[in-house]
Amino acid sequence: MSKLEHNMSLTAEAPAKLSTTQRLASGIGLVGLFILVLAVANVNFPNKTLFLSLSLGLIAAGTIIFANDLYLGKHEGIKNDGVWFKSLTGRGFWAWILGITLTLFYIVLYWYPQYLGLNADGENTGIISLFDPLSQFISGNPASQWFVYGTLYTLAILIFGYKFILKYRNNRYEVIRTFSVMFFQLGFAFLLPEILIRLNQPYYNPANIWPLNYDLFTDYKINEFLSAGNVGVIMLAFGLISIFVITPILTYKYGKRWYCSWVCGCGGLAETAGDPYRQLSNKSQYAWKIERWVIHSVLVFVTVMTIAVLYSFLGDSANDFWLTKDVFLWGTAGFLTLLFAVIMIFKRKELAQDAKYGAIGYLVVILSIISLNYFSGNGNIFSFGGYQLREWYGFLIGAAFSGVIGVGFYPIFGSRVWCRYGCPMAAILGMQQRLFSRFRITTNGGQCISCGNCSTYCEMGIDVRAYAQKGENIVRSSCVGCGICSAVCPRGVLKLENDDMDGRINSEEVMLGNDVDLMDLVNQKSK
Amino acid sequence: MEHIVIIGNGISGITCARHIRKNSDAKITVISAESEYFFSRTALMYVYMGHMKWNHLKPYEDWFWEKNRIELKTGFVEKIDFEEKMLHFSSEEMMNYDKLVLATGSVYNKFGWEGQDLKGVQGLVSKQDLELLEKNTKNCKKAVIIGGGLIGVELAEMLKTRNIEVTFLIREEAFWHNVLPIQDAEMISKHIKSHGVDLREKTELDKIVANENGRVKSIIINSGEEIECHLVGLCTGVRPNIDFLKNSHLETDKGILVDTFLQTNIKDVYAIGDCAQLKQPLSHRKPIEAVWYAGRMMGEALAQTLTGNKMPYKPGNWFNSAKFFDIEYQTYGNVSAKPGDDEMHFHWQHKDNTKAITIAFDANSNKFLGINTFGIRMRHSVFDQWLNENRKINHVLANLKQANFDPEFYTRYEKDIFKSFKENLKKA
Repeated sequence: MSKLEHNMSLTAEAPAKLSTTQRLASGIGLVGLFILVLAVANVNFPNKTLFLSLSLGLIAAGTIIFANDLYLGKHEGIKNDGVWFKSLTGRGFWAWILGITLTLFYIVLYWYPQYLGLNADGENTGIISLFDPLSQFISGNPASQWFVYGTLYTLAILIFGYKFILKYRNNRYEVIRTFSVMFFQLGFAFLLPEILIRLNQPYYNPANIWPLNYDLFTDYKINEFLSAGNVGVIMLAFGLISIFVITPILTYKYGKRWYCSWVCGCGGLAETAGDPYRQLSNKSQYAWKIERWVIHSVLVFVTVMTIAVLYSFLGDSANDFWLTKDVFLWGTAGFLTLLFAVIMIFKRKELAQDAKYGAIGYLVVILSIISLNYFSGNGNIFSFGGYQLREWYGFLIGAAFSGVIGVGFYPIFGSRVWCRYGCPMAAILGMQQRLFSRFRITTNGGQCISCGNCSTYCEMGIDVRAYAQKGENIVRSSCVGCGICSAVCPRGVLKLENDDMDGRINSEEVMLGNDVDLMDLVNQKSK
Repeated sequence: MEHIVIIGNGISGITCARHIRKNSDAKITVISAESEYFFSRTALMYVYMGHMKWNHLKPYEDWFWEKNRIELKTGFVEKIDFEEKMLHFSSEEMMNYDKLVLATGSVYNKFGWEGQDLKGVQGLVSKQDLELLEKNTKNCKKAVIIGGGLIGVELAEMLKTRNIEVTFLIREEAFWHNVLPIQDAEMISKHIKSHGVDLREKTELDKIVANENGRVKSIIINSGEEIECHLVGLCTGVRPNIDFLKNSHLETDKGILVDTFLQTNIKDVYAIGDCAQLKQPLSHRKPIEAVWYAGRMMGEALAQTLTGNKMPYKPGNWFNSAKFFDIEYQTYGNVSAKPGDDEMHFHWQHKDNTKAITIAFDANSNKFLGINTFGIRMRHSVFDQWLNENRKINHVLANLKQANFDPEFYTRYEKDIFKSFKENLKKA
C-alpha cells in the first residue's frame, strides 16, 4: 500500500501547486505576520494604530486574495483536490512546523505572557502594546495577552470563514452556518464582553455556557455578578437557564449542532481555520473507545470541580441564605442520582453495555467524592480544596487540552481534537443528542457506494460510511452536525434531518433495491 | 464444517461473505489476486485526486476479517476442477471447496484497435490500473479518453486535477446518450466542456500510434485527424472477467450463466456481480448489470440461499447514481434514452445548466415510469414506493416535495417544475 502512496506524492503534476496570485497573496499575508513577529521581538513601532491596522489588514487581504484565486472562477462545488499531497494538509513537513509553532505560541500565551510583553505593573511592551490602541478603542483599557489572542482568534474565524464560504458556496447550509459562527465570534465572544467592561459591567459572553465556561461559578465571578446589581443577576440567571432550559430544548429540536457548529467559538475556529485539517481525524474504532472515556472523564472532572468550588463559596448558616453548603451538596447528589435514574429507566435500551457501566462508574465516583467531602468534615476533596482543583482543571483542561493540544495539533490530529476528546459541554450536549433529540443523519435508501468521502472528511472521526452502507440512520453523540459528510457525498446519500423520535434508530439489514420478499424476511426477523 | 469459497473480494463477494457469516458458521474463504483487503472500487478516483488515501478506501478495518472469521487469501486462481471441487492457483497451490461463489468482476473492453496494447494505453477498473495510471501520467501533458461512459468522465475529472489536457472522444451525439435522453445528455456534455475538457461528439478511434520506444505518441480518429497524447484511456465499457473459465463445463455466454437463484449449470457453483449473466432477466433489466448496487444485492440474496433460506435474486425497481464533475445524478425507475411512442418525457432544466429532471411516463395511461434527476437529490424510498404503487405523473409532480433529499436551506424547485409541466401540457 505504501508504494502506491509514495508514487502519488512524487507525481510531477501534483494539483498542489500554487498559482502566481496565490504566491503573491501568501507573501502579502506573511508581511502582515512579520509585523507581528517584529512586535514579539520587542520592536517598538512609532505609530501603533497604523502598524496594527497594516498588520491585520495585510493578513486579511492576503487570505482573501488567496481564497478568491483558489475558488472563484472555478465551478461551484467542493474540491479537495490534492489535500493529501500537500505537505501542510497531509501531515508533511510544513504541517509539523505549523503544529509546533502553534503549540509554542500557546505555551507562551498561557504560561509566559511576559515574553509577549505583558507587564503587571507598568506599560505593556512587545506585541501586547501593539494591540493597545484597538483595546483602548473598544473597552477603554490597555490590551492583555487575552485581548491579543481574542483579536487574532476572531480575525482567523472571519478570514478563514470567508475562505470556507467560498469553498462551500454551492451549499447553503454551510454558508449560513458559517455566517452564524462568524457573527457569534465577533459579536458575542469578542465585542460584547469588551463593551460590557467599557460600561462597567462584568465581562460576560452569553454564548459561553458552563461547563465550557468553567469559571462561571467561581467565587470571583459570582461576586462580580452579585455586585453588579440587576444586570449581574440577570447574567447569572441566564447562565443557569442556558444550562437547564435553553440547551436541552434546542438540542432536543435540532441536535447539538445548534451550539457546536453554529455558535461555539472553539467549533468556529475548527470549522474555519481548521477546515483544511478535518480529514486528519482518526476514524478507527480504537480512537472511538478512547474518545468516549476521555471526554466523559473530563465532564466528571469539571462537575466535581464546580461542586467543590461552589461548596466552598456557600455559607453554613441557613439564616443568611437558604442555600447552605449542606443543602447544595445533597441537592446536587440528589439531582445527579435522579438524572441517572431517569436515563436508566427510560433509555437504557439505547445504551451499549460499556456505556451503562461507564455511567454507573461515574455516578459512584461523584457520589463518593461528595460523601468523602461531607464526612471528612473539612470541606476538602481528597485533602485539597476546590480552588486547587480549579487551578488544576484550568491548567490541564482549560489550557493544555483545549489550547495547546486542541488547536496546536490541528495539522497533525485534525481540527476537532478538543471538541471530540475533551469538551465537557460537547459531552453533555452529546448525551442529550444521543438520547433525547430529533436530530439524525439519514441515508438515502440503497444509494451508498461505500466510497468513504463522508468518513474521511468527518472532523469528529465518525465512521459515517459504516452506517450509510447499511442504510442506517446516524445517531451519534459526538456528531456536531457540520453537514460536511452530506456535502462531500458524491451520490447524495446523506441528509441532516430533524424528525420524529420514533424510528430514529433503525437498522434494516437489507438495503433498499432488493425485492420485497427479502425486505419482509428481514423485517419479520427483527420483530 | 462446510467450506464456502468466494473468488473475488469486490462488493459482491464481500457482501455475500458478510451475510453468510451473519446467518451461519460455515468456513468462509475469500480469494483475491487484486488486493489484500476489500476496498471500494468506486472511490479509486479519489485516491488519484488526493481527496483520500488508500486506507480510506477500506470500508472495514483490517481486524474486522479475523474477528468475523472470514479468511482472506491472496492468490490467483488459474484453473478450477469442478469435478474434484478443487481450485488450482498460479502458485501451484490447491484448495478445495464445498460451495463455490464466482465473483470475479469485470475487465475493460478492447475492440482490437491498432496499438491498443502499447505502453500508455490503459483502462481503469482495478487497483493495478490505478497504480499504472500513476506511472503513466508522470510527465504526461496530454491525454485522450475513448468512450463516453461513467468511467470516462471520472477519468477526465481525475486527469484535470493533475493539469493534464484531456480530449474526450464519444461516439454518440452527446455524452452517454445511449443511457440519457438527449436533453440530459446535452446538458452534461456542456458541463464537461465547461471544465475545459475537449469533448468530441460523434468521434471514434481509428488507431493508436507508437513512438520509437513503443509508447503511445498520438491517436488517429475516424476523420483522419491525428491527436498528440501521452496517455490513452480506454473507457468503452467492461465485460465479465471469465477468460480463465473458458473451456470448462461451466456454461458461459458473455458472462457466467446463472438462474434466478444465481446458480450456474454446475451444482454448488454460483456466480454474482459483474461476471454473472442472468438467463432470464426481469423485464426492463439487462442480463448483465455491471453496477455496484446489483453486485451488492446479488451478494445479499445468494448469502440467503447458501445459508439454507433459498431465495431468488429479484431486484426491485432500477436505480443508479453517478457524478459528472459537479453534477450529481440519480435515477429511479426507467427513463429510456430514445423513448418509443408509448413513453413521454417531461423535461425541466434550470437556467444555470446544473440542475434538471426528466420524468418518463406512459403516453396512454399517464403512469409514472421513472425519473432522471441532476443536481437535485431525491429520496430513493419515495420513488420506490411510487413505482410500486403505479402512481400517475400528476401524483408524482404534485408530491415532488416529499421526495426532495437536498440539504437544509437549499433552494427548492418543485413549484417551478410543476408550473413548467402545466405550461408544457397546454402547449401539447
